[in-house]
Amino acid sequence: MATASSPAVLADATRDETSLSRFLHGLPGVDQVGVEARAASLGTRSIKKAAKLWAIDTAISMVDLTTLEGADTRGKVRSLAAKARRPDPDRPDTPPVAAVCVYPDMAATAVEALQGTGIGVASVATAFPSGRSSREVKLTDVRLAVEAGAAEVDMVIDRGAFLEGRYGHVFDEIRAVKQACGDAHLKVILETGELATYDNVRRASWLGLLAGGDFIKTSTGKVSPAATLPVTHVMLQAVRDWYDATGELRGVKPAGGIRSTKDALRYLVAVHEVAGEEWLTPELFRFGASSLLGDLVLQRRTQHDGHYSGPDYVAVD
Amino acid sequence: MSVWEYAPAPESRDLANLRPNYRPFVDGEFVDGGGDPLTSLNPATEEPLAEVGTASESDVDAAVRAARRAFEQVWGPMPGAERAKYLFRIARLLQERARELAVLETLDNGKPIKESRDSDVPTAAAHFFYHAGWADKLDYAGYGPDPQPLGVAGQIIPWNFPLLMLAWKIAPALATGNTVVLKPAETTPLSALVFAEICQQAGLPAGVVNIVPGAGDVGSLLVRHPGIDKIAFTGSTAVGKEIQHAVAGTPKRLTLELGGKAANVVFDDAPLDQAVEGIVGGIFFNQGHVCCAGSRLLVQESVAEELLGKLRARVSTLRLGDPLDKNTDIGAINSAEQLAKIRELTASGEDEGAERWTSPCELPERGFYFAPTVLSGVEQSMRVAREEIFGPVLSVLTFRTPDEAVTKANNTPYGLSAGLWTEKGSRILWLADRMRAGVVWANTFNRFDPAAPFGGYQESGFGREGGRTGLEAYLHV
Repeated sequence: MATASSPAVLADATRDETSLSRFLHGLPGVDQVGVEARAASLGTRSIKKAAKLWAIDTAISMVDLTTLEGADTRGKVRSLAAKARRPDPDRPDTPPVAAVCVYPDMAATAVEALQGTGIGVASVATAFPSGRSSREVKLTDVRLAVEAGAAEVDMVIDRGAFLEGRYGHVFDEIRAVKQACGDAHLKVILETGELATYDNVRRASWLGLLAGGDFIKTSTGKVSPAATLPVTHVMLQAVRDWYDATGELRGVKPAGGIRSTKDALRYLVAVHEVAGEEWLTPELFRFGASSLLGDLVLQRRTQHDGHYSGPDYVAVD
Repeated sequence: MSVWEYAPAPESRDLANLRPNYRPFVDGEFVDGGGDPLTSLNPATEEPLAEVGTASESDVDAAVRAARRAFEQVWGPMPGAERAKYLFRIARLLQERARELAVLETLDNGKPIKESRDSDVPTAAAHFFYHAGWADKLDYAGYGPDPQPLGVAGQIIPWNFPLLMLAWKIAPALATGNTVVLKPAETTPLSALVFAEICQQAGLPAGVVNIVPGAGDVGSLLVRHPGIDKIAFTGSTAVGKEIQHAVAGTPKRLTLELGGKAANVVFDDAPLDQAVEGIVGGIFFNQGHVCCAGSRLLVQESVAEELLGKLRARVSTLRLGDPLDKNTDIGAINSAEQLAKIRELTASGEDEGAERWTSPCELPERGFYFAPTVLSGVEQSMRVAREEIFGPVLSVLTFRTPDEAVTKANNTPYGLSAGLWTEKGSRILWLADRMRAGVVWANTFNRFDPAAPFGGYQESGFGREGGRTGLEAYLHV
């Protein structure tokens, strides 16, 4: 019996606009009350002691340390890179973050500052954050980032086209960006706050996976709401279903609004129990965040020292 | 070995303020019961928790007399607005002592602390708050002017939700001006006796609430007592039938909330992931010790395979173990006797040809535990599809058309609850009209609210508890 996501059906799904539309609308719906209840209930897991320390270190190693401001300067990017390398200078055993995430024109600075550290540079592209430009401009944006040495590209989908039901257009654009990326990893930002419904989040997730995104990412951080737990549940379920159907592991990145260790732990519990323990690695799960790292470092110290130290002991960059 | 083992996160046992002895509560005082004391066990460890005095015939007499006197002299004549103050006070005290009650309930019953903390205790408090609001508005409840209380209510409650079932019984009875004599279940008497303490703390007049622990014999004394005007019982259908025999021909009013064999009906257009959550909650919440548990899954054939795959994967993530651990999803079975029943009925399902799948979780060495189990290929003719299992065992059946789903769902002498899973609103309405069940949930399961009436059809009992409708069970209208 061919279930909705068997490989044969998947191959057929992307044949043309009509097939794609039929496939995405054939995915099971997401019940809002149910998914929110499940997210709230998993949010009550109590993570203590060794489990908490492991989670804090893992979360630090999953951070895409981000600055995406009009006011970004090379100086700002360099200080962020320094913090990425050594999040807690007093404690050299603190793991480095996964990547530093910047605008394309700052990618070269970040690459230089992170040379030889193993920390990746992620660059947003495709007329981030709105995605409102021509395909040509978007692809040029991607090439700019890749040529500057970005190892990861965070693109935004065309939400306007998605909401108009022109899924083929969105699909083709992701494909084209993927091609422009070359060896760079592609994260596909769905901007779930603009898609509004969980059904749309599920469809956009599958669209991103079908088109070859290595990661699906919730948000730009410029639209409210950004990442939420239930939205991340839906996306984690999508990569799990994708794995069950194809055997391929794809990643998820919630971004925006995750500021505390407590929040990060709730996300990791969701990764663990919704997608599975295979996803508990920076290869397959990232946090897009700027202030989260500070709290993770603070809580890490608290766990090791047995008492709280205070935000003055953590670098502000 | 998992890459991320959650460290033990036990709630402190000391919070329960466990005492070596608990005694019956009669006429506002704790008394030495004349019955043989019973020992309440912790089903998670099989260790004794406390010795509990039980009521003898003369204790039951004294309790009923005290309740009668309180009804005639104090509680019955008291204006509703005054009664409400006591109920609000009790509700607030339940909240203040919530952690203590949650830990005590978990120790005595075996349910996960997560559930006693987030569900049992807050919902019990909610019932008192809700009914406190009705106490001075009974004239406007739709029963005409000045509806009158019945008198003394004898209430017998089960072991699956000890404090919550007490709240379901006592809150509406007191709000409507009745007084009560309540018998908690033999294996879970402790929270009811702490509730008695709360009645003292609230300054509730003596005799309005009496708690008489004991086994079935004490229940039988209550049921047959001539001084009682109404019996409210929650428990098994077999005992419910005996009670109905016993009160036949007497002026006693009766409400029964009995067993169930509810169907969770999943259509091919259902939100599958949330349906899986609903199915899991429906049968594994409280180890399946739920009268309205969705113990039969009826799934449309075209999605059966996909749904079962997802269901097994999800059930494998359930964490079974120490009920006091905050991360435990499945706690202990309440008693050795219940565990034996679950084992026997599950084995009968296998013998009759069902395919058994059991979650690969480890069971603790001591205590009464049963791993979450899914029986697929079950047919309506098998015992496991007909008899209430009251344990963490799901029977999976399939259907082809909506009509067949209705026929199979209704093919049971019970009729307490049903769950429907489809994104099609018109189908929900069509099905809800045809389900012979007191509660029909659409795209959810096991949702409770004090404002929503709860009760059954046929052998699941009669009368409703909760909501405006539930008040009628305690009023002359």
